[in-house]
Amino acid sequence: MSHASDRSRAPLTLAGVNYAYPSGGDGGGRVYELSLQVERGGMLAVVGPNGSGKTTLLRLAAGLLLPDSGQVSCCGSRTSVASRAELARKVALVGQQPALGFPYSVIEVVLMGRAPYLEGLSLESEEDLAAAHDAMRATGTDHLGQRVFDSLSSGERQRVSVARALAQQPELLLLDEPGAFLDIREQTRLYDLLEELNTSRGTAVVSVLHDLNLAALYFPTVALLNKGRLHAVGAPSEVLSYATVREVFRTDVYVAINDLTGQLNVLPIKGGAGNNE
Amino acid sequence: MNSAARLTASRRRWGLALCAAVALACAVLALLVGSVELDLGAVMAGVGPDDTIFWKLRLPRVALAAMVGAGLAASGAALQPALRNPLASPDIIGVSGGAALAAVLALAWMPAWASTAGVPLFAFVGAGAAAAFVYRASLVNGRLDPYTQILVGVVFNTFCASLILLVNALADASRTRSIVFWMMGGVSVQPWPALALAGSLFAVGIVMLMGQARSLNLSGLGDDTAASLGFDAGRCRATVFAASALVVGASVALTGVITFVGLVVPHLLRRLLGSDNRLLLPASVLGGAAFLVASDTIARWVLAPVELPVGAITAMTGGPFFLYLLRRHGRARAEDGP
Repeated sequence: MSHASDRSRAPLTLAGVNYAYPSGGDGGGRVYELSLQVERGGMLAVVGPNGSGKTTLLRLAAGLLLPDSGQVSCCGSRTSVASRAELARKVALVGQQPALGFPYSVIEVVLMGRAPYLEGLSLESEEDLAAAHDAMRATGTDHLGQRVFDSLSSGERQRVSVARALAQQPELLLLDEPGAFLDIREQTRLYDLLEELNTSRGTAVVSVLHDLNLAALYFPTVALLNKGRLHAVGAPSEVLSYATVREVFRTDVYVAINDLTGQLNVLPIKGGAGNNE
Repeated sequence: MNSAARLTASRRRWGLALCAAVALACAVLALLVGSVELDLGAVMAGVGPDDTIFWKLRLPRVALAAMVGAGLAASGAALQPALRNPLASPDIIGVSGGAALAAVLALAWMPAWASTAGVPLFAFVGAGAAAAFVYRASLVNGRLDPYTQILVGVVFNTFCASLILLVNALADASRTRSIVFWMMGGVSVQPWPALALAGSLFAVGIVMLMGQARSLNLSGLGDDTAASLGFDAGRCRATVFAASALVVGASVALTGVITFVGLVVPHLLRRLLGSDNRLLLPASVLGGAAFLVASDTIARWVLAPVELPVGAITAMTGGPFFLYLLRRHGRARAEDGP
């Protein structure tokens, strides 16, 4: 990359991005005029109602979708120009990992993160192995190496998936609802881990999540999407105000700072959705 | 940490050496076993009936069994992860049904074509037509959808099977035997030029499958995650489908429908060598060859001079063994649980 300014080297930049799925009849998942930047070492939560375009934003950021107009850049590479292999060495994606269906061991799954660095039928080198072990140590999964991936608990699976993503040695880690289906302890472990990786390695983290409390608890910046547009972006206390949440999610909520923890709480109210039809 | 849980260079070397040794042993045994005891001296010297039996009967038959077994097992090994379904086998793409139907039509009603050259030609054309139809019917948003493909393939095969039964009922009774033999599958002696042609088709198919090894490893992660690792899972499925259609078309054309090889051999090797397709695919080529050569030897030896259909042997040996593996694997998985 020649003359990459600091701005263009940012882990993620979206500038005036429009996208509509080719077969998206009802317009679900469309995004309009999205502009957003994640700085080096940034940590961003993407929240919004179902169908507001959160996953579309994530898939655009990963280069899985190319914008109809506007630009998406990851770490200095425009997704519409860069090769998949080039992006795979800079950006990693973690979804909800289902069972693989075949008996792969955990170390094999983590080593899959090295696929963008391999050629043909060649096997992983010592360097690849070191990257995998480093990722497993960082995620607390090094004791699981010999286990069959499909036999793990959902919490262990998600941490192994994060290890697989880390083995890619990305500058930007994208996550789609990584805490769904996890119990409260495993959710905490997962987001503690993401925060730790963000602090110690400077990996930028962008995660889609439904749980507004977790978004407020772990993420210094929150982007709120509504009907495909960026409704607000900023600190949780600014974005997740009573009026904004009520307007965007069309349900009544209770928003307050918890006296004990000092954290922002967004709680549902019984029958709250009925008051906002 | 030891290296038992991942594919290492030494495991790949030893795994392939083991498979090659087994395949070679099966081939040597198959060449020696038969209704006539061969005098190897005469074969070496190139004289007498023993020489003819070896070069004109035994070797071409073993070569055909090896090629078909290799192709079917490699195709099954690739289709299982590509379609994310452990029950996938080369039959699941529906191509074998189309090929068998075309062959049976020729056998029943086209005496001019019911020759050693005509029937395989018909079968191969039928395979091509079936592949084109199933592929088109399995596209969702322009990509080969794994679940749709399995449903379309299974339904198409069942449809072809019922048409074959219909043809069999309507055809002249003297044709029934050859039709049934086609359905059961059998390795016969083919002329060397036909073997060379089929061999090159198998080689193309197998090379196409091998090229997908890394992509197949990632396919279980899901299309989006595979794409984020730089691989196009949709294109991988399409390539595996095309290569399998080629392999299945060529094998049904020469041996009829032989089941179980493409299902059982990959699963057995996965238990022994792991799931990594960079070892599993080449190992399946060797293991499939060994399995079908051994099955064919049993088929012509057990009740000699009566020959059993090799499809019956592969099903009878493969079926129970497969169940045993499933049960054992189920226990291993339960013990491995938290």
